[in-house]
Amino acid sequence: MLPIIQHPAAAKEFVNDPNRSRWHDQALWFVRSKRDKQAASLPEWEYLRETASGIKTHTIANLSHYLQEFERNATARGAIVHWARDAEHHNEIVLRILQDHKTHRIVKSKSMLTEECGLNHYLEDNGIDVVDTDLGERIVQLRGETPSHIVLPAIHIKKEEVGDTFHTHLGTDEGASDPKYLAEAARGHLRDKFLAGEIGITGVNFAIAETGGLVVCTNEGNADLGTSLPRVHIACMGIEKLLPRQRDLGVFTRLLARSATGQPITSYTSHFNGPRDENSELHIVLVDNGRSRLRESETFRAAMHCIRCGACMNTCPVYRRSGGHSYRATVPGPIGSVLSPTRDQNSYKSLPYACSLCGSCSDVCPVKIPLHHQLLAWRGELVGKKLLPVSKRLAMRFASYLFRFPALFRMVGKVGRFTLRVLPRWATHHRLNTWTIARELPEAPKETFRDWHRRHRDH
Amino acid sequence: MMKPTPADTDARQAILDRINTKQVDIPPLPDVDVDRVIEFDQPIDTFIEMLAMVGGQAHQVDSQRDVRALLEEIDVFRTATRIVSLAPDSVAGTIDATQIDDPHDLATVDWTIARGEFMVAENGSIWIDGNSLPHRVLLFIAQYLAIVVPRSQIVSNMHQAYERIENFSARFGVFVSGPSKTADIEQSLVLGAHGCRKLQVFIVGDL
Repeated sequence: MLPIIQHPAAAKEFVNDPNRSRWHDQALWFVRSKRDKQAASLPEWEYLRETASGIKTHTIANLSHYLQEFERNATARGAIVHWARDAEHHNEIVLRILQDHKTHRIVKSKSMLTEECGLNHYLEDNGIDVVDTDLGERIVQLRGETPSHIVLPAIHIKKEEVGDTFHTHLGTDEGASDPKYLAEAARGHLRDKFLAGEIGITGVNFAIAETGGLVVCTNEGNADLGTSLPRVHIACMGIEKLLPRQRDLGVFTRLLARSATGQPITSYTSHFNGPRDENSELHIVLVDNGRSRLRESETFRAAMHCIRCGACMNTCPVYRRSGGHSYRATVPGPIGSVLSPTRDQNSYKSLPYACSLCGSCSDVCPVKIPLHHQLLAWRGELVGKKLLPVSKRLAMRFASYLFRFPALFRMVGKVGRFTLRVLPRWATHHRLNTWTIARELPEAPKETFRDWHRRHRDH
Repeated sequence: MMKPTPADTDARQAILDRINTKQVDIPPLPDVDVDRVIEFDQPIDTFIEMLAMVGGQAHQVDSQRDVRALLEEIDVFRTATRIVSLAPDSVAGTIDATQIDDPHDLATVDWTIARGEFMVAENGSIWIDGNSLPHRVLLFIAQYLAIVVPRSQIVSNMHQAYERIENFSARFGVFVSGPSKTADIEQSLVLGAHGCRKLQVFIVGDL
């Protein structure tokens, strides 16, 4: 059983450090602004979003057909296709391949799916050395942390902290914090790891049913180095990553990097069609882990459109100020707050409330997931299941009663306005009332809207 | 050679059954209307501009023979000793990659001169067909990368690009856009993450 995550409590430390919170906010806003510039540079942007959403809706509706078509074509190209029902099964499949090859050293490129499955820990517990090769992932790995963002895993870490980590683990100069110097040190360190890697593990950005091929997008080229040196490539993917035809990539490769980091395309958009050569192996692990169940929901099915670009996080006012770790989930931010409760409602019940319903996430989503509508829908479901704290439930019940009786509403309003004027500060601001810790009470208006309206309606 | 681990398909039917129990109306698969997407009047100019934006450098030359002269102006090329050239009419290499069995032996390559099939104007990328590479790793392991691409081979956008590679049969193909890069340390852009530190693109008239 997972611990229950209360987002406000988990975010407290981050929020209470206003300098870091502001710095984090600005770093992500910078990325969001780059995304806006890219989106505005294409007159057909909205058309692309609509088309992408249409392709995904079609694919998810027809998922069983496309999965089988993909398996058939990938197998015909010489790949070995595995099916994993959940995270544990996925990890077992990967471990078995490694054990069959007597492998001890893995080079891994970024994959949120393997994070979701907890693959690193599982393999380490089984005596296998896993090296994350994406620079941001390597930084969090060396620090014993998890990514706080799905595209920018180390966005929460300052360069001085990276300097300390590299000084400890890679022997860089003490106090060095120049990104260029640190990235160069990582380049040297990881090159040795690439050359020593026995098997390369990657995630998958897109899998194409029509060809049985895979597409992996990176800026660093780590997926390519990691799979071009060893003989064995293991590609792990959620079953929702499918696209029907290769030409559909025209739509998605235009949207992905523009939405994610504000680049026109990633440095490398690599197409893997089968194993490298006759002497190599390509294993593809198709993972369900709750996705087929998510598909059953009319309300939340569209969340399967997600291409993991992270645009919703970069724009989210709550994410930007509370940091990715406050969600205590592999995928944080708006899309994470939709996906996590589908796995475990009780543990993640506070996440749909870590949202101001501003709707910005839905506006930037390249595949048009109605994120803020889904977050609101989650609140409806959770209330119905009595998963909210008693204090909130009682307050809501009282409010609904109040709104039903206009005379009572007026009277309570009058009492409230009077009380606001006469109540001494010590009566409201004390340690028992957590609501007022960072808030002032409003000033009572001289006149109610009702009275104002009555005076003006005849004019 | 070791026998590959067989496919684990134990969960296959259960997953498919789960999907099949929930029938959903299947809307038609949309196609992109090519009249609604951006085209450029001067795609080469746009390509050069976009490539510069993503950190690469373009050079327009009339003939393949001019490539070498331009490369000679770059310090790290003049001092390079280990060069793999897949465009021998432009530059003669010092290593014959076709004679190498194990890609690990290419770890110390200074420069790879690769051949590009075509350019994409909207994002400054170049399509490289895996069949042109004796080892895939050549594109990623070399310290510096140059790509030679014919001036006549350019498309405006990714839709046209995928039309061109509709039937590509190689085991590997890649759109390369600019050098390897990272911004994982405080969003500071650093060129040369794991792959090439710089990218030179030669747009050649007579190729």
